[in-house]
Amino acid sequence: MISEIADYFSRHGKDYLALLGGHIGISFISVAIAMAVAVPIGIAVYRSKIGSTIAERSFGVLRIVPSLAVLIILIPIMGTGVLPSVTALTILAIPPILINTVQAFQTLPKAMLEAADGMGMSTAQKFFKVKLPLAFPLMFAGIRTAVIEVIASATLASYIGAGGLGDLIFTGLSLLRYSLLIIGGGSVAILSLLTGFVLDSIYKQITKYQRT
Amino acid sequence: MIDYFAKHSDMLMSAFLEHLQIVFITLIISIVLAAVISYLLLKSKKATNITVNIFSQIYSIPSLALFALLIPLLGLGNKTAIPVLVLYNQYLLIRNIMTGMQQVDRSLLEAGTGMGMNKWQLVTKVQVPLAMPSIIAGIRLAIISTTGIATIAATINAGGLGKILLSGLRTMNTYKIAWGTILSVIIALVADMVLKLLEKKTKATKLNEI
Amino acid sequence: MIAVELKNVNKQFKGQTTPALDNVSVQIEEGEFVTVLGSSGCGKTTLIKMLNRLYEADSGEIFLFGKNIKEQNPVELRRKIGYVIQQIGLFPHMTVKANIATIPKILKWDKKRIDKETDRMLRLVQLEPDEFRDRYPAQLSGGQQQRIGLARALICDPRIMLLDEPFGAIDAINREILQNELKAIHQKSGRTYLFVTHDIREALKLGTKVIIMNEGKILQYDTPENIINNPANEFVENLIRTAELKGGA
Repeated sequence: MISEIADYFSRHGKDYLALLGGHIGISFISVAIAMAVAVPIGIAVYRSKIGSTIAERSFGVLRIVPSLAVLIILIPIMGTGVLPSVTALTILAIPPILINTVQAFQTLPKAMLEAADGMGMSTAQKFFKVKLPLAFPLMFAGIRTAVIEVIASATLASYIGAGGLGDLIFTGLSLLRYSLLIIGGGSVAILSLLTGFVLDSIYKQITKYQRT
Repeated sequence: MIDYFAKHSDMLMSAFLEHLQIVFITLIISIVLAAVISYLLLKSKKATNITVNIFSQIYSIPSLALFALLIPLLGLGNKTAIPVLVLYNQYLLIRNIMTGMQQVDRSLLEAGTGMGMNKWQLVTKVQVPLAMPSIIAGIRLAIISTTGIATIAATINAGGLGKILLSGLRTMNTYKIAWGTILSVIIALVADMVLKLLEKKTKATKLNEI
Repeated sequence: MIAVELKNVNKQFKGQTTPALDNVSVQIEEGEFVTVLGSSGCGKTTLIKMLNRLYEADSGEIFLFGKNIKEQNPVELRRKIGYVIQQIGLFPHMTVKANIATIPKILKWDKKRIDKETDRMLRLVQLEPDEFRDRYPAQLSGGQQQRIGLARALICDPRIMLLDEPFGAIDAINREILQNELKAIHQKSGRTYLFVTHDIREALKLGTKVIIMNEGKILQYDTPENIINNPANEFVENLIRTAELKGGA
């Protein structure tokens, strides 16, 4: 087994890096777009109960639809390949970011906002100096959830032609080549765990001030 | 769409039932395993944190990857799918069980011990009933998670609604894709609603008892 | 100079059957330390929140140092007023120094001035600058946090300070220490202080003058001595009596 694995890397090293890069690439783009959509919407609706409930419910539904279904549903509309994959991944990434953004702003401690008003901060100053920094940790937690979800679904997206490490797994399945299964599965697992670890470290850094 | 369902109801229903079967079997095994592990963890908060942490790392590994890693060991199909699903559920179940148990008021446990209850009685008569809302929430999340991942397991030859989705994909049959999606959503949605009601009910009795 | 003047000010909140402020009129001289006393719902917090326009009056006029506050931009107005609240409201993600220097930074003071003044403020509230400058609020006790809250309000040397039950959440021992320090700071500064409290003894101890409120009205506005010796009505009389019953005013 080990020799087979070593063999793969020596022969297909470049291909492997391309797959890895592709996987990271579509994950990154999807989360970036999701953030660009979800954060502004979250900030726009958090003050209104109706607005935030609608936003949460409509995207919350997505959590119940299996990710495989979301990927496959887009195919009749968009075909296969990178476009439907990135679209599906973005759609999957929006709920956790949106819900956390809304929650983050809704749970800001009132005493701090009153102090900010009382000392004479303008609305913009209050938003950038107080609200946003204090809301950021919870928003970040949502982003972390989204990233892990996207890396997982990107693996599936190989099935519909997105490229990425899933290719190794699906090839391994069709040829019943265990070495490919282990390399593919192992790479995705390590990528996911490493990313989680890095994001957790960042989270610990940005919330350092909360600990006595 | 309805036409399609009428014509192919056997196929759709059999996949639906297969899916339910997988979810059900997985759930039973998961709950029993989680209950045993949780009971053992009650002694040590440190061990609890470490264990929940390990399972949370496992939970974050994409399902396809975990399937791929275990196929060389266990083979294709349900033989790998069910163990993996059980493994994923441990994080959700143990985390919720332990949180629920730990939030039980210390003074109630003290009262119980004072009355002469032994550990087993304390757990079954005091802690578990009071931790019910949290436990049921965990089961609810486990069902939704299992339903979703089970569809993915179709890619490694397991049964269930995922088969319909994949076959629909292969033949570009939008009806298959639509029905595959709808039926899996139904399972998750019904489970979600039923269990949310149960959660509320156990929360109400919890408050009344106090 | 008259620091604060309210003329026939009325305020009623939606959903309430009685007004929070009922035709309130009062003149407060510059340099006074006025404590505003009353039980929950009497209107004392509403009164001071009118002054920095966190609440707006339904009718009537309010003047600070002769100028109608409705004619001033609220944000600019608040920067000239020091505001200290019971829950303190320090920004947890900023260091002590950054908290104190919040408005100076917005006003674009130069770095040297900020450094000098924040240290001076820390010393004013009896906290050693080197020790506390770079700490975070989570690392401080309640009493220390409120001292920072005070420093933050005092740094721009506002002509008027509004304090809304600032020591309400602090333990009795520290409360007494902080009361004494606050009184000393006031005496040295010559500024005007309005201090809301529900604690009779605190009100009588700190105030050069006391406003007693109930149900949105001012019942008496006088020196502590006059309030004790010549209570304006039965309500005030009862108030004094309860204070004396608890061990002497």
